Amino acid sequence: MKVKILYFASIREKLGRDAEDVELPPGVATIAGLRTHLRSRGGAWAEALAEGRLLRAALNQDMAQPAAAIKAGDEIAFFPPVTGG
Amino acid sequence: MKVSVQKEDFDLGAEVKAISANPKIGAVATFTGLVRDVAMTLEHYPGMTERAIAQIVEQARSRWQVMDCTVIHRYGKLRPNDQIVLVAVASAHRGDAFAACEFIMDYLKTQAPFWKKEQGVDGARWVEAKATDDKAAERWK
Repeated sequence: MKVKILYFASIREKLGRDAEDVELPPGVATIAGLRTHLRSRGGAWAEALAEGRLLRAALNQDMAQPAAAIKAGDEIAFFPPVTGG
Repeated sequence: MKVSVQKEDFDLGAEVKAISANPKIGAVATFTGLVRDVAMTLEHYPGMTERAIAQIVEQARSRWQVMDCTVIHRYGKLRPNDQIVLVAVASAHRGDAFAACEFIMDYLKTQAPFWKKEQGVDGARWVEAKATDDKAAERWK
């Protein structure tokens, strides 16, 4: 299935991109699964999405937990904890 | 109810006046956030940011008597002393106005997708999220 992924702030800078459309292999069905899948690209991906790094995710523009299920056509975003206000 | 995520500055007086017309309103509480010390760039998530703020305002409305409300948050390049954020809440009485205003700010700090990058003398750096902000939002639960 195909999903849209967005990256913001320090994650966007580390990866050198702000968005991409990705065809996911079968078995990638959650936010956590997607993060693991992207990390397997290695290099900047392994670092920016490293397991110990504190990250937030959104699913279709709502804050989402790692266990949240994803489906074709979803918009998923990864970013660091927010610092507005 | 008004939510605006914008580059432009805002006029506190004009925004307060805009939500004060109803003669049943007896209190308007406002909070204005300013840039402290160093220049910065604010990044946001167009679409989600507006949506997240609107949801926070809805939560406030379900807990307190809020007759009108305006939230403005700026993005882009900002300099020391620039206004960043405005929360203005109109209610019949001050208790609801104060509480709703503080609640919206505390939640905005931890839930609305904004990221600050400060321009220091030795280069730019992303501001780290503060545990004290999470604590401030927690106490409303």
